This record gives sequence, structure tokens and C-alpha cells, in this order.
Amino acid sequence: MSLLAIIGEALRALRLNRLRTGLTMLGMIIGVAAVVLMLAVGQGAQTTVNQAISSMGSNLFIVVPGATSSGALRSGAGSVQTLTMGDALAIAHLPSIKATAPLITSTAQLNYGANNWSTSVTGVTPDYFKVRDWPAESGALFTETDLRSATRVVILGQITAQNLFGDEDPTGKTVRIKNSPFLVAGVLAPKGQSLDGRDQDDAVFIPITTGQRQIFGNQFPGTIRFLMVQGRSAEVMDEAETEINQLLRQRHRITEGTENDFTVRNMAALAAVATGAAKVMSIMLGSIASISLLVGGIGIMNIMLVSVTERTREIGIRMAIGANRRAILMQFLLEALVICILGGLAGVAIGIGGAWAVSRATDMVVVITFGMVALAFAFASAVGIFFGFYPARKAAALKPVEALRYE
Amino acid sequence: MMPPQRPVPGEPLIKVENLCKTYSLDSGIKGSRAINSQVLFDVNLAIDRGEFVAIMGHSGSGKSTLMNILGCLDTPTSGHYWLDGRDIASLSDDELARVRNRNIGFVFQGFNLLKRMTALDNVAAPLLYAGVSRAEGRKRAQELLGQTGLGKFATYQPTQLSGGQQQRVAISRALVNNPQLILADEPTGNLDTQTSREIMAIFEQLNREQGITIVLVTHEDDIAACTRRLVRLQDGRVVHDGEAPA
Repeated sequence: MSLLAIIGEALRALRLNRLRTGLTMLGMIIGVAAVVLMLAVGQGAQTTVNQAISSMGSNLFIVVPGATSSGALRSGAGSVQTLTMGDALAIAHLPSIKATAPLITSTAQLNYGANNWSTSVTGVTPDYFKVRDWPAESGALFTETDLRSATRVVILGQITAQNLFGDEDPTGKTVRIKNSPFLVAGVLAPKGQSLDGRDQDDAVFIPITTGQRQIFGNQFPGTIRFLMVQGRSAEVMDEAETEINQLLRQRHRITEGTENDFTVRNMAALAAVATGAAKVMSIMLGSIASISLLVGGIGIMNIMLVSVTERTREIGIRMAIGANRRAILMQFLLEALVICILGGLAGVAIGIGGAWAVSRATDMVVVITFGMVALAFAFASAVGIFFGFYPARKAAALKPVEALRYE
Repeated sequence: MMPPQRPVPGEPLIKVENLCKTYSLDSGIKGSRAINSQVLFDVNLAIDRGEFVAIMGHSGSGKSTLMNILGCLDTPTSGHYWLDGRDIASLSDDELARVRNRNIGFVFQGFNLLKRMTALDNVAAPLLYAGVSRAEGRKRAQELLGQTGLGKFATYQPTQLSGGQQQRVAISRALVNNPQLILADEPTGNLDTQTSREIMAIFEQLNREQGITIVLVTHEDDIAACTRRLVRLQDGRVVHDGEAPA
């Protein structure tokens, strides 16, 4: 008997029991749809995290002032400003370091014409934009000259530019920061959310020297808030960390056995943790969804077992007119497989539709790849074969005479 | 698969030697012995090509068991059965299925048509297992339905047909692969006298005009009278084998 003829028989049998076929298929549809949807959401979360990480810059350390203690009293991290511009310059000369970017930050009110906007004002060096891999979208970034002469120039983030200028081109205009006039040199390209969920485009940047002398008023001139350090490559990160630690201990005159007054954070390691967490979430969502697929498969087995019992006489008749065991086995196996394949197709469609609806209804990113659709579909077919095989074998193992006699 | 053996001239179509059949009934009680019940005792029988034989006997005489074994639906406990010169005991399950498909046509008391399938598809069903294409199978099935006078009922389902019509569909199905042998197990058991006569007329015609060997089981004398040879079974043994009583 040809495979095509057996498929025809299987389809006919399924058509005869439309309601039952539909309900069995529903189990499959829900399972496959859940797997596709969960994988899409998980993959979307992973993509979001990866984007946030790559927006931070690569091979990055962040050096923050550390905890200090005076006597028994211990203050928290950053309680003193131990890092200086000198530290930043010294670290920049280490062999495994590509660049350093010292930062001071504050919040200030900005005015342009009738518009005003409160945002974070960050004092940086020109290297900051290299470390963050953050180009200007329009206008220009400030230069070493601006840094040396503490010019009043400012570079706007996208959000700030929109809030102050609307559709106007900000380059060359003057904004007031804490009532001091600053010339807008340029606008940065959009960067999006950072790992902690802040919008990185809601910010402005001025030369660090200008900030120290004119805006932030600092009791310890030359100190910085924290330091971004970029390693030469991913391979030298461990080496770089040791070098930074040694250099800063030396510069800060920290004796053997005393705690550091700074902390070096390896952002690559942090990124790896975040990526790992997203991956785990993705796998977990997928596994939970696949349980429903498994339940759907058990539903198929259940129905097929009932069907075999119900159709024992039919099996007997088919054997009497010449069906061999393989033909009977294939017929029942194909019935299960057809349910799975049709259910799988519908499930994939509903899963994709659901993912689209989720991305429309929330601001969650969903990602659907051909691979995950294929995976869900292959899994569904495997479930069909696995759970369809036992009832099919049971049908094929019937003795013709006993099957015929069955009432 | 074995090559089909050519019929040996002079060799009977059916040859049964010392055939015994014992059913082992599990009592279902744990620890107790299975109950063995012997249904056939040393049955010897030879049926030539073109014969028309009735097997009679009371219920429990073993006639249905004998029919099932002759039809390769069941296997004997001991003894031999040659069909068309082939030792049936030596055949695999697949080969038995092939024999049922190609060499034997079955007609049952309860018709045993496939439910919710048209008469045409029922008749064509054995051809599906013989590897004949659906279109060709339907063509052949339509011809056979025409011969049994059911041409215009081809699209009817079994439940829409009368008993006599259903049995004629079943006979068409039995004939679709041009078998050498038709085995009919109480083919008129569910039919009224008039319809029974019509069905028997079809069997007689098939035997006379196409030379098909027919073995039928019945417990009605007037049905047996249509045949040309009577085998009577009693308690699993052949007690009479000879001319059919007129």
C-alpha cells in the first residue's frame, strides 16, 4: 500500500471525527503556540540585554571611589572623592589600557528660550565618546583644546535636544546651564536604555574642566566622580585589572594589609552575568511551554488508544481484506502525525500572532527566528511520533480473528 | 517475499491434514491454570478447484474456527494446511496478509463493511492494500458493483443500504482481486428467505461461470442444498463428507 493511500485513509478517519480531532489538535496548537511565544519573548529579552550591554562600550572597567574608614566608623562607597584627574592620566599610560574617561556628574536646569529641562550634566574628556563608542549625530564633539581652556561648550543627548529645541537644529545655539551660557557644539547619536533602565539620551556633556571650575563647585579641585577605563582587548582584561589595582594602591599610598579606597568593576563580567540571566530566563520560559506540548502529546496518545479500541473491528476487517501490520501501524501513526503537523502549523501561526500582539501591547521586544519555529515544529512532530507509536503498534499487533470478533 | 508458486495440476486447492485447534482460555484468576479447550480434532479435508462446498454443524462444532483457519485469519495448533500448494504455517504475517488480499475473498454474516465509507470505496479497499491506484481501483469496483446490480448505489454508505444490498457489496469486495477462493461464513444468516435465495444465486453463478471455489458455512439445510458437497462437523470432528442432500 502506498504512503499516499495510507495518508488518505488517515485523513478520512480524522474527518469522520471532526470534534474529537479538533479537540486533540487544540492541545497541540496550544503547546506549539506557547513554545513559539515563550521563545520569542525570551529571545527578545536576550536581545534587549545584549543591546544595553553593547551600548555601554566594550572591554570596560569602571573605577569608583571606595569605602573609607576612620577608626571604627566605616563610610559607604564613594563617601570620599579619592580619584583624581592624575589617576586617570596615569592609568591611561598603562600598557594594557586603551583609554580612560574621568567623569563628574550633577543635575542641573537647562534653559533655551522659553523651554527648560532638568537633566544630568556630565563633565567628561573627549576620550569619553571613544570609550563609549558614541558618535555625534550632528555638529561636532569638543576637543582637547576645549578641555584645556575649559570652554563653555555642551553636547546634547537626543532626548534633551528634543525637549529644549523641538524640531530646531541646536548646533551653534546657546543654552543656559545654571544660568551660564553654553554653546551647543553638537548632538549625540541615540543610545537607548542602559542596563539599569536609565535613558542614556537624557543627558548633556561638557568638558570636565569647565564643570570642575564653573558649574559643580567642588571642595577638592581635581577630583572626579568615577573613571571609565577601556582595556586594549578582551584578552587583557584580567591583566588590566591587576595593573589598575597596583597603580592606584601605589598612587594612593595604601600600605600592605589596608583596604583599597577604590573599587574596580569589570563591566564585561557584569555583562556576562546579565546575558547569562537572560539566557536562563529564555530557557526556562521555553521549558515551561514545552510541558504543555508534552501534555498535548499525552492527549494524542489517549485519544489514539481510545480510537484503536473503538475501531478494533475495522482493523479486523482491514486485516481480512489484506492489510498487513505495517499498513495498520502506518495508518494510526499517520493519524497522530497529521494531528501534530496540522496542530503545529496552526500553533506556529498563533504563536507568531501572539508574539506580535505582545510586542504591540507592551514595549517588550520579541524576536522570532526561523530556528525557533522549526524547533517548535520539529518538537511537535516528534511528540506525535512518540505518543502515536504505542497506540499504532497496539493496533497492528491485534490478531485478525480476534479483531474481527470484537463487538 | 516468496515467489508465488504455480498451482500444481491435480493438487487440491485446499488440503488440510490432521488439523487441531486448541484455545487456551486464561481464567483470569491469578495462580490458576489456563483452561484449554480443544475445538478441532484431526480434521482432514481436501477441496479441489471449482468446488462448491457447504460446511454445516451446530454452534460449537468448530465450523467457524475451521473457516478462520482456512481464511488465514487464525493459525492451527497442529496439523498442516496447504492452500494452492503453499504450506500456510510457513508463511510470515505479511505473507498471510498477502494471501488474504490476493487469493481469498471473504463474505461474513454481519457483512463487515467499513462504516462511513461509500459502497464503492468499500469494494475498492482491498485494491488499496494490493498497491493499485485509487482511480484504477474505483474503476474496477464500479464494474463489480454493476455486475451485482448495485451500480447506482456506488456512493451510498452501508447504513443506507438494505441487508441484501450490503451483502452484495461485500461479495463485490470479495471478488475485486480475482481470488481463487471465496469463504463465506453464514452469508445469509442475517437475511430473509427471498434475499438469501438471491445471494445464493450469485454464489452459484460465480462458481458455475467463473469457476471460483466457494466454501460456505451455514446451518440452514436449504442453503446447503444449493452447494454440491457437504461437510458436516460435530464436536470438532468431520462426521460426514459427501454429496449435498438435494
